[in-house]
Amino acid sequence: MERLAPRSTADVAAIVADCTARGHRLNVIGAGTRAGLGHPVTADAVLDLGAFAGIESYEPGEQIITLGPATPLAELDAVLTDSGQRLAFDPPDTGPLFGEAPGLGTIGGAVAANLAGPARPRAGAARDHLLGIEAVSGRGEVFKAGGRVVKNVTGYDLPKLLAGSFGTLAVMTRLTLRLGGRPPGTVTAALLDIAPAEAGHLMQRIAGSGLEPVAIAYLPAEVAVRERHPLAAAALLVRFEGPASALPERLADLQRLVGTAAPVEAIEGPDSDDTWAAVRDVAGLLPDGERALWRLSLPPAAGCGVAMDLTAALPGLRWFADWAGARLWLAVPAGADAAAETVRAAARAAGGHALLFRAPLTVKARVPVFEPPAAGVGAIERSLRAAFDPAGILNPGKMGPA
Amino acid sequence: MSLTMPVPDGAVIEGRADLLAHLARLLPADAVIGADSALAAYECDALTAYVQRPLAVVLPRTTEEVARVLRACLERGVRVVPRGAGTSLSGGALPLADGIVLSLARFNRILDIDLDNRCITAQPGVTNLALTKAVEADGFFYAPDPSSQIACTIGGNVAENSGGVHCLKYGLTTHNLLGLEIVLMDGTVARIGGGKTLDAPGYDLLGVVTGSEGLLGVVTEVTVRLTPAPQGIGALLAGFATVEAAGEAVAAIVGAGIVPAGIEMMDNLAINAAEDFCAPGYPRDAAALLIVELDGPAGEVEAQMDRVSAILADHGATSQKRTRDAAERLGFWAGRKAAFPAVGRISPDYLCMDGTIPRARLPEVLGRIASLSADYGLRCANVFHAGDGNLHPLILYDANVDDELARAEAFGADILRTCVAVGGVLTGEHGVGIEKRDLMGEMFDDTDLAVQQRLKCAFDPKGLLNPGKVFPVLHACVELGRLKVSGGKLRFADLPRF
Ligand SMILES: Cc1cc2nc3c(=O)[nH]c(=O)nc-3n(C[C@H](O)[C@H](O)[C@H](O)COP(=O)(O)OP(=O)(O)OC[C@H]3O[C@@H](n4cnc5c(N)ncnc54)[C@H](O)[C@@H]3O)c2cc1C
Ligand SMILES: Cc1cc2nc3c(=O)[nH]c(=O)nc-3n(C[C@H](O)[C@H](O)[C@H](O)COP(=O)(O)OP(=O)(O)OC[C@H]3O[C@@H](n4cnc5c(N)ncnc54)[C@H](O)[C@@H]3O)c2cc1C
Repeated sequence: MERLAPRSTADVAAIVADCTARGHRLNVIGAGTRAGLGHPVTADAVLDLGAFAGIESYEPGEQIITLGPATPLAELDAVLTDSGQRLAFDPPDTGPLFGEAPGLGTIGGAVAANLAGPARPRAGAARDHLLGIEAVSGRGEVFKAGGRVVKNVTGYDLPKLLAGSFGTLAVMTRLTLRLGGRPPGTVTAALLDIAPAEAGHLMQRIAGSGLEPVAIAYLPAEVAVRERHPLAAAALLVRFEGPASALPERLADLQRLVGTAAPVEAIEGPDSDDTWAAVRDVAGLLPDGERALWRLSLPPAAGCGVAMDLTAALPGLRWFADWAGARLWLAVPAGADAAAETVRAAARAAGGHALLFRAPLTVKARVPVFEPPAAGVGAIERSLRAAFDPAGILNPGKMGPA
Repeated sequence: MSLTMPVPDGAVIEGRADLLAHLARLLPADAVIGADSALAAYECDALTAYVQRPLAVVLPRTTEEVARVLRACLERGVRVVPRGAGTSLSGGALPLADGIVLSLARFNRILDIDLDNRCITAQPGVTNLALTKAVEADGFFYAPDPSSQIACTIGGNVAENSGGVHCLKYGLTTHNLLGLEIVLMDGTVARIGGGKTLDAPGYDLLGVVTGSEGLLGVVTEVTVRLTPAPQGIGALLAGFATVEAAGEAVAAIVGAGIVPAGIEMMDNLAINAAEDFCAPGYPRDAAALLIVELDGPAGEVEAQMDRVSAILADHGATSQKRTRDAAERLGFWAGRKAAFPAVGRISPDYLCMDGTIPRARLPEVLGRIASLSADYGLRCANVFHAGDGNLHPLILYDANVDDELARAEAFGADILRTCVAVGGVLTGEHGVGIEKRDLMGEMFDDTDLAVQQRLKCAFDPKGLLNPGKVFPVLHACVELGRLKVSGGKLRFADLPRF
């Protein structure tokens, strides 16, 4: 397939305008390595944004950065770490889940997929950190939206709309993101040997307390022992951040809160960071290439219950919960349809929805990756798509049949 | 400002009696207001310089009634202005001569409190403060806290993406929302966002509807997240001899990785207005005052207060007080929270501006405001969400003096141009409305605005929902939608291909 590699925003605009005029469809890629994201795109050419890499301006004092979307996350992370900062939404590195090397993902890919790590309930997702964009719509016109300050309600929040739109509305050529400071200290509390039902309740108690946990996850025994950081048994994990001097008191407070449920064990330093990187990157369900991977969004209190129901219904299911139960990862034998009916029905009954994160193409041909929208919403989405990309040339089919 | 509103549709105005009769058939008798005397209460919002009597006001009670009204208005080509409590400072709820006002005042019930999932669902006319009141006893609160929180509605907060003094740590409305029910101009009812989940499938409609100033849909139900009340709260109050020193202290606090619940700054005129008004004990001779609030686990608050106190001293604070006592802390805030009425006492009228700037540019921008103040011959008091660079210059004027309103508006526009020129934006939390509408060109070019208007067209193709707000020039959706085809020749022939 033809591969187009624009070097400037004007190039992108010219390409898209011409393709729109001719009805040529484009597969938009950041790093250019990943095919399996969402549904396969039927395209006439690949639009490779690789040249849009690099940091344009970084003002640590303002905690703001402007950069090209193809900047590798690994490179960005190194620069931010040098200044004691980070992307607070902590995007995962899911490459290894798809049999790729780690460290290949780009910031544009993370934004376009609206990724988020374990701190999401407190720190938000990519959408909450994208302050401004320059982009090219499917009409081939260059536009900007948002700004370079944290607090801004001037005009519609188009950065939020583009975050999570998987390149189907516009091609982003420049991003401005807000940054967070790295905390002076961090510690992970592990409660071992907790059963799923009890974990569900405990996570809500902890999340609803004034202890300000930064992340809360639960790993059933099977997954816990396979983590990159070895845990000996099922583990409820709680991450705290703050001045190092104040952390011991948080562990003591947590022990008071959970009482006799389990002793609080501290995981410190790099081990603490590794444990959360493993949760973030879904390492506990790796590699398991034969299995399909579901990502469920649920009301947090429902998470463990849904997992237990599905464990009973689906032999061979493996799972763990992040976001205090609001995000559930499931690995199921791929089969013909990755048990889509069962998984989606359980998610819906609990007030949530399920996304097919990874599956063989044969499965994706039958099962929509994204939960199909309700009637009213579907109509708005189609109108929006038509407003931004009237000829339907940007990543057609990526988010499902147009 | 010579503000041009969309040309009123004469036929609609002439058909008023018929419209009223039709609305009366669609809604219960007490839900349609047509009497002139009763309409007066809806003539303006908190941007009181602009008034306009609407054709009618409707007060529906149910989503179905809202849908019925909107469908009827679409059929008749009648414009609709949604309204919450009318506290908008940007004229977002200003009525139109040929339009009706759709008030959400009767959508005033809390529908569901779910502490396990830490969220609350309410109708849009519930006030911001009522949400916190409903869950306070259980140890939770709703974080965004605009100063108008006793009066403003959660629906209005969604429409404006409102902030408050605590949004530095807890985020704006948009960061605390889970789901909405909205009704489109054609009567379609849509649930957007995740309900009780953090994300939703498909495009982020929740993200774009938040802050859309009532131009995309009418919000009829809101689910927001609840935050556990912090274990401990502490506050520091510090005076500085120069604005620069205070600004640098703010940057140093944030730069040290500390995330205070809020950092507010007041300048000398605002400090003295507050002292005259309620004597909160501010240092009258200080050029700038900082209030820093820290909250969180008890031990951490103490440790962070020590760090902040040291930073304030390092940056030359001329006076410092600190407290963990609730009454004393509220005393620190009393003057800041009363800044608007305090200024209202030293001047018959004032305009509240709302630009945001990069924090580092603060001294420069305040210097520029001071020189503009001299040029225009109008005083300006500055209160300001310092932690996120959101300025609230209050321009003092007297509407009864010849051209003072016009001068105040020109002064305000110059301040906002300055904000944009230093890399900031026109509005941080109050919205564009009519007030900043004609300045949109300072930030956005025609293409940027066309893209935004096409988004509006996707929700409201006839442009009947709150027109005349936000966009300086209205284009018909058909015209915006037309695809401009630029002819055959490939313009990118010299690109690398593989
Ligand atoms: C449903 C789902 C499925 C996933 N499947 C996979 C998978 O199969 N393989 C995998 O490795 N990771 C997958 N991920 C994870 C995620 O895509 C990667 O972690 C990362 O975002 C990819 O980075 P990249 O730079 O390689 O992006 P790419 O793979 O190049 O792009 C990712 C998406 O972002 C869009 N995009 C990238 N840059 C821009 C831009 N500048 N403007 C507009 N759109 C842009 C692309 O069109 C594409 O839709 C998946 C995530 C989700 C939510
Ligand atoms: C003294 C004072 C202090 C203030 N302090 C702050 C502050 O600290 N932070 C801050 O951000 N703002 C502040 N404001 C501004 C104002 O209170 C907010 O913008 C508030 O959110 C408006 O809410 P409301 O219910 O009064 O909405 P209204 O003024 O009635 O309407 C505002 C806009 O929202 C639209 N709208 C209202 N309800 C709906 C609905 N249900 N569906 C669709 N559209 C709707 C209207 O059409 C209009 O465009 C202050 C105002 C005053 C007067």
